[in-house]
This record gives sequence, C-alpha cells and structure tokens, in this order.
Amino acid sequence: MARLGLGALIGVSALVVSVAVAITIGPAHLSVSDVFAVVTDHLGGPPSGLSTIRDAIVWDLRLPRTLLAAVCGAGLALCGAVLQALLRNPLADPYVLGISSGASTGAVLVLVLGVGAGSVGLGLGAFLGALVAFALVLALARVAGGTTDRLILAGVAGTQLFAAITSFVVISSADARQTRGVLFWLLGSLSGAGWGDVLLCSAVLAVGLVVCASLALSLDAFAFGADAAAALGVPVGVVRAVLLGVTALLTAVLVSAAGAIGFVGLVLPHAARALVGPEHRRLLPATALVGAIFLVWVDTLGRTLLEPQEIPVGVVTALVGVPAFAVVLGRRVR
Amino acid sequence: MSLRAERVSWAAGGRLIVDAVDLAAPPGSTVGLLGPNGSGKSTLLRILAGLRRPTTGVVTLDDAPLSSRGRRALARRLAVVEQHAVTDVGLTVRDVIALGRVPHRRGLAAPSAADSAAVLSAAARTGLTPHLDQDWRTLSGGERQRAQIARALAQEPRELLLDEPTNHLDIGHQLELLALVCALPVTSVVALHDLNLAAMFCDSVVLLHRGRAVAAGTPAQVLTREAIQEVYGVSARVATGPDGRPTVHFTRPPG
Repeated sequence: MARLGLGALIGVSALVVSVAVAITIGPAHLSVSDVFAVVTDHLGGPPSGLSTIRDAIVWDLRLPRTLLAAVCGAGLALCGAVLQALLRNPLADPYVLGISSGASTGAVLVLVLGVGAGSVGLGLGAFLGALVAFALVLALARVAGGTTDRLILAGVAGTQLFAAITSFVVISSADARQTRGVLFWLLGSLSGAGWGDVLLCSAVLAVGLVVCASLALSLDAFAFGADAAAALGVPVGVVRAVLLGVTALLTAVLVSAAGAIGFVGLVLPHAARALVGPEHRRLLPATALVGAIFLVWVDTLGRTLLEPQEIPVGVVTALVGVPAFAVVLGRRVR
Repeated sequence: MSLRAERVSWAAGGRLIVDAVDLAAPPGSTVGLLGPNGSGKSTLLRILAGLRRPTTGVVTLDDAPLSSRGRRALARRLAVVEQHAVTDVGLTVRDVIALGRVPHRRGLAAPSAADSAAVLSAAARTGLTPHLDQDWRTLSGGERQRAQIARALAQEPRELLLDEPTNHLDIGHQLELLALVCALPVTSVVALHDLNLAAMFCDSVVLLHRGRAVAAGTPAQVLTREAIQEVYGVSARVATGPDGRPTVHFTRPPG
C-alpha cells in the first residue's frame, strides 16, 4: 500500500513538472517560475509582473494546449487499457478500432453541413459518429466469427469506410477554409486548444476515470473471457455496456477537441503494464498518468522540432506508435 | 442435495442441445458427466453454473433456484473450471489464482489478509507454491489446469464444476488431477471423455446422448456393454475390478 502511494506521488509529480517545463519550451523565452507566476496571478494571486504578451503566451496559448495534451493523452491511454481488457485484444485502441475515425466523420459532418451549432454540436456529432463506428466494427467482428484477430480486421474496414465518408463529404461540400479545418481532425492537432476544450475534456475524463476505476476488478476478471468473468460474479452485460459507452464518449469528446490522435491508446497501456503489472486497480491510473506525460512531450516535440513549422501531434504519435505496434505484435506471436 | 437439475432443457436455433435432463449431486460427491462429443456435456455444465439460463426446467442449490441468488453470491458458492482457458495477458500464477478472490472483493480496496491467505492455501493444495511468480502462459498443460483449479479453490466454493479437465494431459497428470479433485472437500460435477477414469473416480455418473440423459447411477449401473454400444456405437467388454468398480475394454472394430 505504501508502495502504491509512493508510485502515485512520483507519477503525479512527473506530470506536473512535465507540464510546467513543456510550457517554457518555444520561441518566447520563459522560465518555470514565470509560468508559476502567471498561473498564480490568474488564480487570484499577486500580479506576475510579466508583459501582457508573455502573459498571453502562457495563459492563452501554451497552458491550455499543454493541459489539453495531458488530458487527451490520459483519456486515450485509459480507453486503450479498458478496451484491451474488455475485448481481450492487446492491439485494441480507439484509433485502431475505427472509433476515432467515426468521431472524425461525425465532427466533419457537423462542421461542413452545418448541422447543429458550436462546440456542443461538434461534440455531439463526434459522439454519434463514434458510437455508430464502434457498433458497426463490433457487429462486423461478430459476423466474421468474433475472434480477437477479426476485431482488428473489422477495425481496419471501419477506419477505411469512415475515412472514405469523410473525404466524400469534404470533396463534395467543403470550401477551402473548411478543408483546412477538416485536415485538423484527420491528423490530430492540439494547436487550436482553448480553455473551453480543456474544461470539457477534463470533466469527461474525470467521470471516465472514476467509472472505469470502480470496475477495475471486473476488468481483471475478463482475462480469461466473458464466461469466466461471469463465473466470477461479474455482471458481464452491464459492465460491457457501461465501459463501451464510456470509452466511446471519452474518445468522441477528445476527438472533437483535438482530432484523431492515434496509437496513444495502443502503446501506453503496455508501457504502464510493464511498470505496475496487470492489475487494473493500479494499471488504469498508471496508464492515464503515463499517457498524459507522453502526449505533453510528444506535442512539445511536434511544435518545436521544425519551428516555426508545426508537425500535427497525430503525425508524431503515429511515427512513434507504428514501431511500438510492431513490437507488441511480435511479442504476441512469440 | 447440494446441486440438482430438474428436467432442464436448452435450445439453440430451434435445436434442443440439452433435453429434459435430471441430475443430482449430494454434498461431497463427485458426479461424472459422460457422453460423446456434442452430447450436451458442456452446455449442461454451463446451465448448472448459471451461465446459461435453461429454456425449461430448474437448477437448484440447497433446494433454492439458482436464479434466486445474485451473480456475486453464486460465485462465492460455486466455481467453474473451463475446458480451454486462454489469455493474452501476462498474468503470474499468483494473479490467476487471485482472480478467484474477485467475488469476495469490492471496488478499489487492496486485497485483504484473508484474500492473500486463500491464494496461498489454494496454491499449496494444488502444489503450485513454487510456481507462484511464474507467467501462467509458460506453464505446462497440466500445471495450467491445476492453476485454474487453484483459482476455483480461492473462490472458496462448496460446489465445483469442471469441463473435461483432463483434456490434453498425459495419463500421469490425468490421474493426479482427478485424485486431487476427489480429495477436495467440495461437491463436484466433472465432464469426462474417458469412461475408465469416470469409473475410477466418480461416485455417480450421468450418460448423455444427443442431449438426453440415457442412464444415471453408479458407474457399475451405467457403464454396461449395451449402453456403451448404444451411445458411442462401439463394442466393449465391461469387467468388474476388485474394488467393485467397472473397467471398460474396447474391442477393435472389424476391418
């Protein structure tokens, strides 16, 4: 128990330090104490003494962006860990299963066709898209025999279908400005992050974490399949519906804010498992922490590597994720 | 009677898989389920475990219907060892056995002293103590099966259901495993392929054929030349051993 507390303390400290340091990196020279001063200033503390521009760089640009990176990393990694346990597939993740792609389609439909209004409409569109894509992929996998490998193939098919629908919508009805906006969802980018996104995503992440963590024991019980879980007293139908719903909702909200960022949900749960073991009581919080820290640094890399040009975060995660995917795949075969 | 099925049936796609079967397991006894592939053994076990709801008929535990207990309460009373357990997760033997504590634990609380004690005692009973920190997937077939039985024991059940636990084991491990099951202070129902193992270890057996129980009773009453001919379509000689239990000798088909 003491070890658990110590591990959590180290993880949270690493995340706080990562966020604070990542904000200082970039064209305007800032120190960690500047960041700290700006944050306390805005939270009602003494004035930071920094110029308005430097204050704005921290408070309006880099802080919301870095926090959104942390929240997205935590949420996507959490979804990955839950899906891998529930679907008994070490390659499951919202992106591979086409959920992110469905959410993109939903968001793009709202954006281009002007259905609904504002960020609520966008989030709702993404959620419906995520649900439809998820249901379709699960149904397709079941028709194909329901084995875990079929699930990945169904995910590939679903991803292609929704990418095609998105392209069709964009080509047939979007103007040039909208096309640029759409690219954002397809590649995944944190460059437009605002405080509204941060608050909405944090709230949904908090709910998701609490729900998933409260079902940690049930997720353990799925190790040998649904029947084995049922024989251990787990209400399989309810647990499955709740967790699939939560992961779809969380993915949808994150995608509507930051686009379809791939491979975070696939790779990070494996890293966390190597650190804390397979028990979900520890694994879920650890996965969220590791995912948050990972995406903070990946986004920092993406926005500084080719300065002033920006590499979308989804591109960087894919560059890191594909080799990691190969490693997981190889370990499984062996 | 600890576990009893009364005229249970189960249909899938308009076909009866289990057809009005009666079964009774007195406390502490070992009941064998026999029958060829597709005769309904696994489905009947799932019905007895409460994992499938019978289309008609009722399963009772201590004379109360299975469905009147909650899932968790049932899992603390009755444990199941499946025929073919597989996982992709890198669980140690300790993790696998600890799964048996899931119905005893709640929420995010760490395992209690009672949980750890149950895991250690289940490992000791099945001879797995030296393997506790080994990856379950690296064990031999017999050890994996024993780990599943240890997991079931960690549930602290009074009833234990096993689906062909001796499959893919060599004869030494088959005998060892069934001797272990019979020595446990639980009521057990075991689906078995091997008639001689059933005759050797079971107090009573039920012979299934196309979903129906065609014979039930002691191994000597059920395992007759005629019944074996009817159900398996093979000819055999049945002798009685010095302990009064039958032994089956199959005759080589002509050709």
